[in-house]
Amino acid sequence: MNVHEYQGKEILRKYGVATPRGVPCFSVIEADSAARELGGKVWVVKAQIHAGGRGKGGGVKVAKSLDEVHEHASKILGMTLVTHQTGPEGRLVKRLLVEEGADIAKELYVGMVVDRATQRVTLMASSEGGMEIEEVAAHTPEKIHKVAIDPVSGLTDPQADEIARKIGVPDGSVPQARNFMHGLYRAFVECDASLAEINPLIITGDGRVLALDAKLNFDSNALFRHPEIVALRDLDEEDPAEVEASKFDLSYISLNGNIGCLVNGAGLAMATMDTIKLFGAEPANFLDVGGGATAQKVTEAFKLMLKNPAVKGILVNIFGGIMRCDTIAEGVIAAAKEVKLAVPLVVRMKGTNEELGRQKLRESELPIISADNMADAAQKIVAAVAGHQGYL
Amino acid sequence: MSILIDRNTRVMTQGITGKTGAFHTRLCRDYANGRACFVAGVNPGKAGETFEGIPIFGNAREAKEKTGATVSVIYVPPPLAAGAIDEAVDAELDLVICITEGVPVRDMIATRNRMRGKKTLLVGPNCPGVITPDEIKIGIMPGHIHKKGRIGVVSRSGTLTYEAVGQLMELGLGQSTCVGIGGDPVNGLKHIDIMRMFNDDPQTDAVIMVGEIGGDDEETCARWIKQHMRKPVVGFIAGVTAPPGKRMGHAGAIISGGKGTATEKLAVMEECGIKVTKNPAEMASLLQSVL
Repeated sequence: MNVHEYQGKEILRKYGVATPRGVPCFSVIEADSAARELGGKVWVVKAQIHAGGRGKGGGVKVAKSLDEVHEHASKILGMTLVTHQTGPEGRLVKRLLVEEGADIAKELYVGMVVDRATQRVTLMASSEGGMEIEEVAAHTPEKIHKVAIDPVSGLTDPQADEIARKIGVPDGSVPQARNFMHGLYRAFVECDASLAEINPLIITGDGRVLALDAKLNFDSNALFRHPEIVALRDLDEEDPAEVEASKFDLSYISLNGNIGCLVNGAGLAMATMDTIKLFGAEPANFLDVGGGATAQKVTEAFKLMLKNPAVKGILVNIFGGIMRCDTIAEGVIAAAKEVKLAVPLVVRMKGTNEELGRQKLRESELPIISADNMADAAQKIVAAVAGHQGYL
Repeated sequence: MSILIDRNTRVMTQGITGKTGAFHTRLCRDYANGRACFVAGVNPGKAGETFEGIPIFGNAREAKEKTGATVSVIYVPPPLAAGAIDEAVDAELDLVICITEGVPVRDMIATRNRMRGKKTLLVGPNCPGVITPDEIKIGIMPGHIHKKGRIGVVSRSGTLTYEAVGQLMELGLGQSTCVGIGGDPVNGLKHIDIMRMFNDDPQTDAVIMVGEIGGDDEETCARWIKQHMRKPVVGFIAGVTAPPGKRMGHAGAIISGGKGTATEKLAVMEECGIKVTKNPAEMASLLQSVL
């Protein structure tokens, strides 16, 4: 789960991580009064969306007067912000963060991830703040410093100090940087984060260490013990289809193609998408109906896929293990009838009672195309969609 | 021979009285030698009771002492799953297979750290389990789609493992052991560990390795194969079409920072002499071609 920058900073402050003072705003009037309250001579108006690259997209502006705050807030609030992470459709900005301007002497990077190889939380830091860390990793990997943190002892003072020095924190600011990293690690662990990125972490002209930006992701498997983080969820930032899917315990992700696919199991679902691509078309979605694919779940899955106007055909690929193919067939038939299916449907079922399942599909007298294996299924749906489109 | 488990393995079920644990313990008990293999259940609240004739104990150590079970399978709910693994490790079991899906990563980091230097092996969490066909099945895979043979299967995904097995069966090829290692970022045995075991198993002639996006376990395994593997290996990686930054069902199946793409994994595997296919319908026929 993701949260907004201002929410991430609120969490971090509770753990002693210093940030510039700021106020979240939902209207221009709120932005005006926030700037007055904060005082000072320079403010930063920042679009709050869950995607990165906001600055380049025009979603972060520096204001040198209250009039400029007003002007920037009016422009940014309600704009459709396009960044490399939003896709071409962009994201509507509904929230702002108005912050006091900071006197930046140095921009650095500090991040934390769970490293699969060491099975530990790893602190990553670099002197190259403000840049995409992937770029730094690709071009100057020697500028990224890492330390795997022992889950029992936690981040030690010598580890924190060494990292701070390596990335160029001035001696006088090392104690502050140490506290900063300790706070970040405690926040990461206690809140069950899966990713934390402070980019940039800044050293101010007077030597303070501040998080100028904050990106936090949380482990969705651990949200049951963090109602306070669940409360920060912003459904406007999520794909409505994915939100709808989660209500029915379906795992769904929208993609750009025109063939909907309904599969049981995440690996098989990805493999099915890959097969569609292999035969020259693109999948419209990833959809895992899970192990207990009931008729109701299959029907909801069909409805969900068909809400996407791009879908010109559907491929169902089920490996019936514990769940029998004849049960799945009944679900598919019921769903096709209920949604009055008007696009080609190819069904491939394998496993327990597959013959009985196929027989049910035939007897339904619905125009369902049966397939023998995944490749056959993909070829059939790709051909059917091509023919269907030609016909229209 | 086989790897990890065989007809002589004695198993306890942690979470035997829950809905999932009860359902799958029944199916496992009814498979092949299961009646002799599944000897104990664990539930601290129901010690002294029985589950359809299987005695229930208060903890894993007691179950081991009283029944001789050295392997455990875990179906307890996610918040308690890591604690159940800890209990099995403390009881010095040989192997723990954790089926539970949705275990918090922080819990697994602590549990894996506790396991350092201990003898207990872990498969999972979030996995279908392990089966040595016609001898024993421990987990949620459909037993009847398998038959005894000489092909090893290792995979991060459940249904994709069944798919590989289904294809093998159409060609008349049985399996020595099939291992679902699970799709979580912090877990137990990895591709490389299972590959080592298959390499040393006289009953395994060749291996199908099924991977997916995320991490670099497949690459690590591929490099080991190039140096050490004496048997043919074929591979498939799911997720060529997966977009970066999106978690594809499994917590571990995510391309992050441009790393862990299917294309990259396939390239490394090919470089290391593994025959790979981009067509998942061809996994078994590719394997047959290298026998």
